[in-house]
Amino acid sequence: MYDLIVIGAGPAGLAAALKANQLGLKKILIVERDNQLGGILNQCIHNGFGLHYFHQELTGPEFAYRLIEKLKDTDIETLTDTMVLDFDNNHNVTIINSSGCKILQTKAIILAMGCRERARGAIATAGTRNSGVFTAGTAQRYMNIDGYSVGKNVVILGSGDIGLIMARRMSLEGSKVLACVEINPYSAGLKRNIKQCLEDFNIPLYLSHTVTNIKGENGRVSEVTIAQVDEKYNPIESTSKTIKCDTLLLSIGLIPENELSKKAGIIIDKKTKGAIVYENMETSISGIFACGNVCHVHDLADNVVYEAELAAKSAVNYINNLYLSNDSIEVEYDNNLSYVLPQHIHKQITEKFVTLSFRVKKNFKNCKIEVKDEDGKVLTESKRDYLIPSEMAKIVLLTSLLNDVKGKIHVSIVEEIA
Amino acid sequence: MYDVIIIGAGIIGSSVAYYLSQYDIKVAILEASNDVSNGTSKANSGIIHAGYDPKENSLMAKFNVEGAKITKEICRKLDVPYNQCGALVVGYNDEDINTINTLYKRGLNNGVENIEIIDREKLIELEPQINPQAKCALYCKDSAIVSPWELTYALAETAVKNGVKLFLENEVTCIEKCEETFVVTTKKDKYQARYIVNAAGIYADKVNEMIGKKQFTIIPVKGDYYLLDKSESSKVHHTIFQCPDKDGKGVLVSITVDGNVIVGPDAKVVEKIDTSTTSSSLDFVKRKAYKTISTLDFSENIRNFAGIRAKSDRDDFIIEESKDVKNFFNIAGIASPGLSSALAIGKYYLDWLMEKETFQKKEHYIDTRKKIRVRELSVQQKDELIKKNPLYGRIICRCETVTEGEIVDSMTSIIPAVSLDGVKRRTNAQMGRCQGGFCSEKIALLLMKYHNLSYKDILQDDVGSNILLSRAKEK
Repeated sequence: MYDLIVIGAGPAGLAAALKANQLGLKKILIVERDNQLGGILNQCIHNGFGLHYFHQELTGPEFAYRLIEKLKDTDIETLTDTMVLDFDNNHNVTIINSSGCKILQTKAIILAMGCRERARGAIATAGTRNSGVFTAGTAQRYMNIDGYSVGKNVVILGSGDIGLIMARRMSLEGSKVLACVEINPYSAGLKRNIKQCLEDFNIPLYLSHTVTNIKGENGRVSEVTIAQVDEKYNPIESTSKTIKCDTLLLSIGLIPENELSKKAGIIIDKKTKGAIVYENMETSISGIFACGNVCHVHDLADNVVYEAELAAKSAVNYINNLYLSNDSIEVEYDNNLSYVLPQHIHKQITEKFVTLSFRVKKNFKNCKIEVKDEDGKVLTESKRDYLIPSEMAKIVLLTSLLNDVKGKIHVSIVEEIA
Repeated sequence: MYDVIIIGAGIIGSSVAYYLSQYDIKVAILEASNDVSNGTSKANSGIIHAGYDPKENSLMAKFNVEGAKITKEICRKLDVPYNQCGALVVGYNDEDINTINTLYKRGLNNGVENIEIIDREKLIELEPQINPQAKCALYCKDSAIVSPWELTYALAETAVKNGVKLFLENEVTCIEKCEETFVVTTKKDKYQARYIVNAAGIYADKVNEMIGKKQFTIIPVKGDYYLLDKSESSKVHHTIFQCPDKDGKGVLVSITVDGNVIVGPDAKVVEKIDTSTTSSSLDFVKRKAYKTISTLDFSENIRNFAGIRAKSDRDDFIIEESKDVKNFFNIAGIASPGLSSALAIGKYYLDWLMEKETFQKKEHYIDTRKKIRVRELSVQQKDELIKKNPLYGRIICRCETVTEGEIVDSMTSIIPAVSLDGVKRRTNAQMGRCQGGFCSEKIALLLMKYHNLSYKDILQDDVGSNILLSRAKEK
């Protein structure tokens, strides 16, 4: 019987296991499906990791290495090349690897499976099914792990961070990146990536544009058609133009990988596509916690680590029988926000602070975030110079403010007059 | 010198080969593509119709009804995913009710069993998510779904196991006849035989005209599809049709043998052979599908594709010896219900040939096939299998739970997978919700390893569909 099984050994899984160990938990197992620990960090050879957590700018593999090195001083067990096929609400975890298939039992589970890239089907782009269409992450793995390039003349659809990073990476490796096409009127990636990966390489960014057709010749992509879109995201035919290319990279968003969670009966938030969680990262099944990109998609690995540590702390409390009653406050939000996490806050909370993470749906300048109780009384507010969809934002609530809240709190954005 | 050359390794060519391979007949299949089942056979709805749709006394009616029965038996024997999920033709108005009555009578006349007309109440019981405006339906319990490519592989593999020679990447360019012998020239070689079966699908008219007079014209009719994630499967339990109307046979919504939901096709006559989807067709299909199940969530779409029906200018299948070239047999215009009819057509050709000549039945005919599908095993069965071969414990495709062992099987089978899509069709790897986002790279590396290929030779599918264009740092 394990105390804790952590599913996934990316930044979330590693940090969660380390924290749980630090808090005195004994029998901890990390299960990783890839052949090495570190998760997607291993293929993110660019820098920009660790500025917050390690106070130093690191590459993805360096960030992973720091965490993996810490594992060596612990008795945390790890299984690589091992996949979890199933887990259930009684904390039975079915694993498979080259030595067999078996069911393990554990007191608590931390979900840290990360996310997957949305593929072409998600946006139903018409055209040929020839080769040459890749998700940015797949192209990144071919490039950075295996040393192969998927294309010479590249168009990128979507301005997610992996797409932007690959725009620079492929340029440096001798490919020509012809355009980055983003359907929204704003970029989906971090500001620094727009500057460093597109502008510095003279790669044009077409906002409010999309790829409407993919054409192929002799088995490989030969051309894409792009067009401007109207406010309802419908392509405007008259603005269509074609770009000759052999490759289309897709960077059109990430989806938390919760197929196992759904199978186990964990309730999923339609907005985040991750588990609905309490402020301690516990899911709708007690003793099962979630953190990192499996819960909601983060911009920074550093934030994933903080969240994982919170999940680990809560898992340790759970194992030590510090149960929290399910009596909780629901977190609601207005239409300017795409989501707020956590979705519930335990009433019987011991922490002094609760951090709410959220994303906005459009750009805001000189605005403020308000958290109100159900009577409209402002519990806390925070002014911001700007809020943009590509950057996750946070607001911290003093727990004592929640004492008189009965059922709900409400988060909203107030646009201030300049 | 062969007795019979079959041109085309789709479902029809493979079915003919399967039946011929039971006898002491020397058979070669010539296929233009680098894999079996790489044309219309890989891009269709995968339905085994019961046979209420084709007009009475047509070849379509005859072969469909007979074929549907044999298909069930052969799928069991050759380990092909088959699910008799039943079909519904849903009516929304008086005109539809007339159509449903016609189809019902036609079904009875064609010899279809287990069909009935059901009322709204029964329909909602069978399909709770059906559009509430539905009034009644034709319910056909015997309608089934299969994996169309897996059925084709099963037939072709069994044929090859029993001595049929398969020549891939051999596009036929010329056919001549010297006395009683046909000489078939391909892009690679020359082959000789006494009989020819033209099963070239959408190219069947061209192949016929390589040696004979024009007897028919193929009219390619393209249809676009959506394939939705398994998460949508709780909304659909049967193959659900709408009544045929001016827009054609109607868009179907069906479960697939893998538990996905397939939606499509439309019907557009196309000038040239092109399987590109178009946004107008996809929009049409989506709109039509909402009429069947208004709650379908197309954000759960994982793939679009288009298939081309090889319709002909005749209103029926063409299954006959050429009128001007003796021993040259055309099987053409095999549009829907082609998949359902394929096995009966193969059997028919064997019977035709046996009337002309005497061949001996093979004594040691191998008529079984068993695939390892780890995802279908219990924990204990998986464990036992892995103890024998550890590769069955290494999951490569996480979405569909496909192991390295299964992928190696596909690459070392009697008709080995040589491309990423070849592996996909044989194993389901890359067929799930991430569409190979994680595992296509791992499979590419396995292709390099097991086929001893350079990265330059890794193909998505057919020749030319290369994946990796250079090493990093190379211009």
